[in-house]
Amino acid sequence: MSGDQINARFRLDWSGFTLDVDLQLPGRGVTAIFGHSGSGKTTLLRCIAGLRRADEGTLEVNGETWQGPGCWVKPHKRPLGYVFQEASLFPHLTARGNLQYAQKRADPQAAVVSFDHTVSLLGIGDLLERRPDQLSGGERQRVAIARALLIAPRLLLMDEPLASLDMARKQEILPYLEQLRTELDIPVLYVSHAADEVARLADHIVALDRGRAVAAGPLQETLARLDFPIRLGEETGVVLTAQVVERDPEWKLARVAFTGGELWVRDSGHPMGDSLRVRVLARDISLTLSHHHDSSILNVLEGVVGDIAADDDQGLAMVRIHIGETVFVARLTLRSVAHLDLKTGQSLWVQIKSVAVIQ
Amino acid sequence: MSFSAGDITALWLTLRLASLVTLLLLLLGTPLAWWLARTRSRWKGPISAVVALPLVLPPTVLGFYLLLAMGPNGPVGQLTLALGLGTLPFTFWGLVVASMLYSLPFVVQPIQNAMEALGERPLEVAATLRASPWDRFFSVVLPLTRPGFLTATILGFAHTVGEFGVVLMIGGNIPGATRVISVQLYDHVEALEYGQAHSLSATLLLFSFVVLMVVYGFNRRQKLARMGPL
Repeated sequence: MSGDQINARFRLDWSGFTLDVDLQLPGRGVTAIFGHSGSGKTTLLRCIAGLRRADEGTLEVNGETWQGPGCWVKPHKRPLGYVFQEASLFPHLTARGNLQYAQKRADPQAAVVSFDHTVSLLGIGDLLERRPDQLSGGERQRVAIARALLIAPRLLLMDEPLASLDMARKQEILPYLEQLRTELDIPVLYVSHAADEVARLADHIVALDRGRAVAAGPLQETLARLDFPIRLGEETGVVLTAQVVERDPEWKLARVAFTGGELWVRDSGHPMGDSLRVRVLARDISLTLSHHHDSSILNVLEGVVGDIAADDDQGLAMVRIHIGETVFVARLTLRSVAHLDLKTGQSLWVQIKSVAVIQ
Repeated sequence: MSFSAGDITALWLTLRLASLVTLLLLLLGTPLAWWLARTRSRWKGPISAVVALPLVLPPTVLGFYLLLAMGPNGPVGQLTLALGLGTLPFTFWGLVVASMLYSLPFVVQPIQNAMEALGERPLEVAATLRASPWDRFFSVVLPLTRPGFLTATILGFAHTVGEFGVVLMIGGNIPGATRVISVQLYDHVEALEYGQAHSLSATLLLFSFVVLMVVYGFNRRQKLARMGPL
């Protein structure tokens, strides 16, 4: 039993639905629990929190047993923070009252979490005297996240905290979550069905489908798998970590280096040497056999064809391309695959139409 | 408007009875309402029905069976005799017990409704914030179901003030012990003292009206508060 790991095994049958998972999750960083609605993500999270008792299960979090044969730690005795999908602030308390509710009950053995720091981390200093019904959806969720942190948790569970928000509100909260990701040294389990959120926030991913874990591993590797079991369609793509190695103020571009190559991206203000995360969607990659210099596409890299697999969509294929040690995934028509006569091991040019800096 | 000494005694007795009954019902009715609101037991149906019985039962029927049960040959009477307490009929405490049964649904149901409307979520949230079950009850359930408790208190009190049939059956008409305001009123009418009867009736009418005004006014304020500032 490793100290720095979450071992979660649950089996639960409930009106036609079965959750049956046996997971070893890293004891640090953000692990996305990803899947379509009805895949059992929330149920899994509730089992971990103890809000739901699986018929059979064991749960060990960083060396502590929370559930096992003859062992059941009640939810209020588990040192965890939980952020619910929809607003869950107590309506009879102000934002400050909600935060103090957590602060008063925080684990006395845990390190004290600074009230002021948490408040400024989530940018809610001006909202403290308001009641929940005087806050917007995004503000409520930020207060709820701060409240979950003030309990001094040793595990943070987030159940689609952005799902009930519109696009603008999501964009408002994501930077706070990214900030949190770098500041927290506790493991975070982040339930989501949105591939873009997962790409931005997660270090690890567990894909759930109909109550079973169908893929699990480090985010970058797992997303680059052609047999990634959950259909992402237009959202299929890879995530890379890259360092800023050059900034070109004239064209407002930055050159970033990843293992095996470099990409030009829009300069997002990151200083030189900064590490950032970029996402390249499979639909934004095209392949050519010769290098075109007369193209509008900035990023043309040399790569080697890896596996080729038919996509679920008729007439499309997924192709893995190795650029140095990094794997990209391209989505092409089967006709293009035949036309270029693509074969594993073949060298070609990879044109990347767009690269999104997501962090 | 004038009150005789007998009227004042009856008013005072009624006030004491209603206050005591309401207080005891809040203490006993709260756990019962909590259980009814949250249980999945198959006993929920039968117990809900028993709680609601006084709503549909003629008070005289309830009073009649209570008289039998609390009398010297009834099970409750046997128990109170064995405990050296005498029998309950025709005493103030007999009225208290009877009134509690009679007003039970008026206290339990508003609290139960408020607790059911609360749902699981606030309790789950509190549990993840390390609040123990007792802590959850006092820090979340009570404040969030306050309107239900207020309605329960007012309805329980007012309903007890207005009882008549049950009192006549098991309390009789003993000044200072069981002669409550409605019985006093009946006596006035029997004796053709219509002026006195008017005074008491008007007092009760006004009381009932004010009570309902307060309940509806409070519920309206709660709703407005929940809708937020406009």
